[in-house]
Amino acid sequence: MAVAARLASLLVLLALWQVAAAFADARTLPAPSAVAAFVVREIETGGMLFNIGVTLARVGISFVIAMSLGMLLGVLLGRSRLADRTLDTPLLVVLNTPALVITVLAYVWLGLTETAAIVAVALNKLPNVAVIMREGARGLDPGLEEMARTYRFDRRTWVAHVLVPQLQPFAVAAARSGISLAWKIVLVVELIGRPNGVGFAINYYFQLFDVTAVIGYSLVFMTVMLALDTLVLQPLDAHVRRWR
Amino acid sequence: MRMSDAGADGFAAGRGSVSEPAVLRVRVDRKVYRTRRSEPVEAVRDLAFTVAAGEVVCLIGPSGAGKTTTLRILLGLDTDYAGAIEPDPRDGAAGIGMVFQDPRLLPWRTVEQNVRIALPRARRDRPLDALFESLSLTPWRARYPGALSLGMQRRVALARALADEPRLLVLDEPFVSLDDAAAASLRALVIAAVDRLGMSVLMVTHNVAEAIEIADRLLLLSPRPASLVGTVPLGLPRAGRSRSWAEATRRDLAARYPGVIAD
Repeated sequence: MAVAARLASLLVLLALWQVAAAFADARTLPAPSAVAAFVVREIETGGMLFNIGVTLARVGISFVIAMSLGMLLGVLLGRSRLADRTLDTPLLVVLNTPALVITVLAYVWLGLTETAAIVAVALNKLPNVAVIMREGARGLDPGLEEMARTYRFDRRTWVAHVLVPQLQPFAVAAARSGISLAWKIVLVVELIGRPNGVGFAINYYFQLFDVTAVIGYSLVFMTVMLALDTLVLQPLDAHVRRWR
Repeated sequence: MRMSDAGADGFAAGRGSVSEPAVLRVRVDRKVYRTRRSEPVEAVRDLAFTVAAGEVVCLIGPSGAGKTTTLRILLGLDTDYAGAIEPDPRDGAAGIGMVFQDPRLLPWRTVEQNVRIALPRARRDRPLDALFESLSLTPWRARYPGALSLGMQRRVALARALADEPRLLVLDEPFVSLDDAAAASLRALVIAAVDRLGMSVLMVTHNVAEAIEIADRLLLLSPRPASLVGTVPLGLPRAGRSRSWAEATRRDLAARYPGVIAD
């Protein structure tokens, strides 16, 4: 039933698009069929698959870096009052720095390199992860802490059975919000300073005012990221909550 | 060495004879809660008692009298007090199995995992079939605690406390918030486990009838700050206690300690 409703709403959207395209200039709003034809052509010539692959690799690497560092930082902030007091202000500063500024500075300081691109994406995402994980680490159940101390849980047991399960829902939330943030920022980063990737391609076709190509690229990339969320992150979320 | 008159008195009068060594000696001279905003609150003053090997002791006092505070101190969860606990809870394994008032199970681990995780790593794979069977938990071993009623969760908490064969079982209001049937069956399980395994028990409760049914000795606490107002050995063996005897004992106690025990 839920799937049918989703499918129906998708079809209605496509139909509306088709109708609107019939009345609009084909250069500003191409029909869905024209976009589909472009996607097929671009996949066959190999350009699109390569660009999406490159972008996904950037998203993946910066995602892993931001998640692992952000989780460590967040747990530290949530567990240590001193660390929280010391690092709260720098965290707020980074959190409120526009993605564009971080990106430009990364390119200026590290050169127009792959490292700079990945650092820029990771640095944009890291504070979000840290803030979410801090909430999780602050909210640890004091009753379970007392139980663990009473039964002399060793450090490994405590981490595996008391700490991590309480942080898991927060980690999954951070991952899901993080991945949608990362793939939006990675396009900007590519647009400014990379010679390939989806962001580069969209900028390239924008220069040519090829709206068909811009829409085609964004639709395919959105589909890939949605699939990742549905097929990987949502099942992970369900697994983490299985005991509820 | 005797810690105080009250403790030594009760010790000698309890079921355990004087020659039996104490599994626990508690002496809390003073415990004060200090908060930044309000006046300091004195929770415990000059409270001393011992629990002998194989003895079942019930700590009885009004709500908010500092009973749970005393338990937290002897478990080593609260170290900000004046006094001494033997064996010192900071010295590694204390041989205490604890059943908290709220069961405090790990909801993301199964019943069996909850029991095994609380065992020291070296003994984690020991056979537990007999333990689960004795507590009628066998069909629930692979379930998560969230699927269990409070009474069943308390049973799991009891299994966890018994799994490492402690010298002392500590129970904090174990039968509170249960319906009569669930409380009675859990009480029977506790008594059966104690009779079978022969460990000492320290139980905190505000229910006098319950304590009279189980205990070898009652320790009566005053309202805050908690101190000992009376030590009452119950001579009759548990198996020989009748309903009328329990009722008579309770009335007698209410007459002798009107401030602690209500009619």
